[in-house]
Amino acid sequence: MSQPLASDQANPIVEVENLNMFYGETQALHDIDLSIPEREVTAFIGPSGCGKSTLLRCLNRLNDLIESARIEGSVQVSGRDIYAPDCDVIDLRRRVGMVFQKSNPFPKSIYENVAYGLRIAGENRRRVLDEAVEKSLKAAALWDEVKDRLKDNALSLSGGQQQRLCIARTLAVEPEVVLMDEPCSALDPIATARVEETITELKSDYTIIVVTHNLQQAARISTYTAFYYLGSLIEFSQTEDMFTNPRSKQTEDYVTGRFG
Amino acid sequence: MKFWQRGDPFIWLTGGALALCLAMIAGLVGIIVYNGAGVFWPQDLTLLRLKDGPPIMGKLVDRQPIPGAAGRYRVQLKVGNRDAYGQDFRWVDEDAIADRETPAEAVVFERVEWGDMHGFIAALYEEERLLAKGEGSWEALQGLMDQVGELGERIHALERGELGKLNRAIDDLRLQERRLQREQNDAQLAANEVRRQALWDEHEALSGRLDELRAQQERWGVEVELAGGETRRVGVAAIVRAYRPNLMGVGAKVQTYLSKGWEFVAGEPRESNTEGGIFPALFGTVMMVMLMSLAAVPFGVLAALYLREYARQGFLVRLVRIAVNNLAGVPSIVFGMFGLGFFVYGIGGSIDQLFYADALPTPTYGTGGILWASLTLALLTVPVVIVATEESLAAVPREMREGALALGATKFQMIWSVVLPSALPGILTGVILATARGAGEVAPLMITGVVKLAPDLPLDAFAPFFHLERKFMHLGFHIYDVGFQSPNVEAARPMVYTTALMLLTIVLLLNLTAIVVRNKLRRKYATAAF
Repeated sequence: MSQPLASDQANPIVEVENLNMFYGETQALHDIDLSIPEREVTAFIGPSGCGKSTLLRCLNRLNDLIESARIEGSVQVSGRDIYAPDCDVIDLRRRVGMVFQKSNPFPKSIYENVAYGLRIAGENRRRVLDEAVEKSLKAAALWDEVKDRLKDNALSLSGGQQQRLCIARTLAVEPEVVLMDEPCSALDPIATARVEETITELKSDYTIIVVTHNLQQAARISTYTAFYYLGSLIEFSQTEDMFTNPRSKQTEDYVTGRFG
Repeated sequence: MKFWQRGDPFIWLTGGALALCLAMIAGLVGIIVYNGAGVFWPQDLTLLRLKDGPPIMGKLVDRQPIPGAAGRYRVQLKVGNRDAYGQDFRWVDEDAIADRETPAEAVVFERVEWGDMHGFIAALYEEERLLAKGEGSWEALQGLMDQVGELGERIHALERGELGKLNRAIDDLRLQERRLQREQNDAQLAANEVRRQALWDEHEALSGRLDELRAQQERWGVEVELAGGETRRVGVAAIVRAYRPNLMGVGAKVQTYLSKGWEFVAGEPRESNTEGGIFPALFGTVMMVMLMSLAAVPFGVLAALYLREYARQGFLVRLVRIAVNNLAGVPSIVFGMFGLGFFVYGIGGSIDQLFYADALPTPTYGTGGILWASLTLALLTVPVVIVATEESLAAVPREMREGALALGATKFQMIWSVVLPSALPGILTGVILATARGAGEVAPLMITGVVKLAPDLPLDAFAPFFHLERKFMHLGFHIYDVGFQSPNVEAARPMVYTTALMLLTIVLLLNLTAIVVRNKLRRKYATAAF
């Protein structure tokens, strides 16, 4: 069993220790140990069904929604155990935002979509909301396209714009970590390029974890990459090392396209 | 390839099924509109001189071949004058007709009883004094009818206003006295006695004034010559409307048509519902549907929210869901029985015991009323609302819910601000279906509060304005009553069709309103498509 090497970063913000996860009787994740560095882009790769999305959804406890899901081990975000009984899930999800595979804007105006996270947290001052909306839309590189139509229904945007709107919506609540679950899989190449640019620009302010099926994408945008296979973390290292000098045979087979 | 598998017959089969459905719906609406829309048209009066027997006059309504006699036809005439002839309709062999004409001076009198009268004005009388004869009597009649109409309005206003108020005061006093008797409060009883006497005196005086007005109204009479030559006296006060169809141009006929149509919509029924208007039934139907929706929609939506969003999806919830679905298929009369037993006798009876004990044994809430009828129908429609709401909640994409949760929304915030708005069009569709079903239902109403005649509307200008314990009229029951329970079924048939037309229109309007609202919302919350 090849033990994944801990990366050499100084400040881990997400620390996963001995994580086992079950759906009923089926074990979905096996003994995951992982430290994700702050303010970097980390990519999760691996063949379909390898558990990378499941792990991602463990980090903001979205798996709580599945009744049969069960967890062993610990996950810490900024040093706090998020599965501790006294952990406030609502607060956790504000600190750990998430962008989904399929863009999912709410059936509201563009403005209200971005302001949603703040509004449900009780923020209703117009000035604060205006500022947050503009700042987030600019960060998601959408501001110039929508600044004159903030009152329009978000569903009137194109697919790529909708996905960037979802990114802006996530950024508006100023999370520490942003989880992205295959954010480009439903987009065309041009929209994908825009979203990738956005991710690269966000790196300086946010810790970003991206699940992707696209190895070129992982190589383009991430600093670190984790490779999963059948629910286990096989290898975790700097992206460059993984693609040029994989330590494990399975990783090599996967990144060279022999399976997956 | 085989003919069947190529798919062409399947297209024809599906298209044919649709066409058949459309044809049946068009037929239904067509027949009702054809029979119902023409009822108020002032048709010409035809005078038939017969080879044997006296001439007859009336409206031609039908012509058909005589069975067993090839090439010979007979015509059906609505002769009116039920008090003189004993029947409204007559069949005449065309062979027996010597001559037809449409005499210009023929008049149709619509009366408050005995149906229409067809004839010619012979003379006008004030008591026994001759006012006008022959030429000019038609114009004189118009003047008299205006005068009588004014008197009638005064009588109506008195009856509805002062007399009504007085009756209510007397009734209140009576209930108060019963309470005092029970409490054996003799001092107060004596004081009430004085007041009661005063009220009765007032009542006496008012009745006297009303009798005087009525006597004034009844001074005038018309002598009408029927087609056969005999004459009849009719009080002017007994005439609702008089017109000479054979002299009227299209414009005048349209005017009469509209005036009769308006009377139908806005007027009160006459002659055991076979004439006059249907306003109380119209009002009762609309109010009942609104009360029903008010009760059914919130409960249905809340119950569905719990079932779909909060309840643990297990065996029990599946069982509840099956039960709800089955409830939607229970025959409506069963709901009626339940409503009678539970709402009327159970809850209504208890309310009477607690709050209206003075009026007992006369029930107040312990008998059928619009509230109980509406609640019974609400019970009947709640399953439809639940099923539709659950389905539209289930159709809200999981990504959208997760999106809200991932932003730190609580489950309540997610449901309130994301799930409900997205599901709203679907919920409204369910509400529309439920309302339509409720508006057309009659059977359960017949035992929970609908009556043949209820001139007091459940909503009026006297406190407490909503009289939910009152019995009410309903268009569906009205159709049944007029069509099958009235003493003169054949003469009432046109009214049945018009009432049916009205019921269809009401249901259509209610649905249309809901559909417009839903489409507005759908545009606002259009779901993602890319």
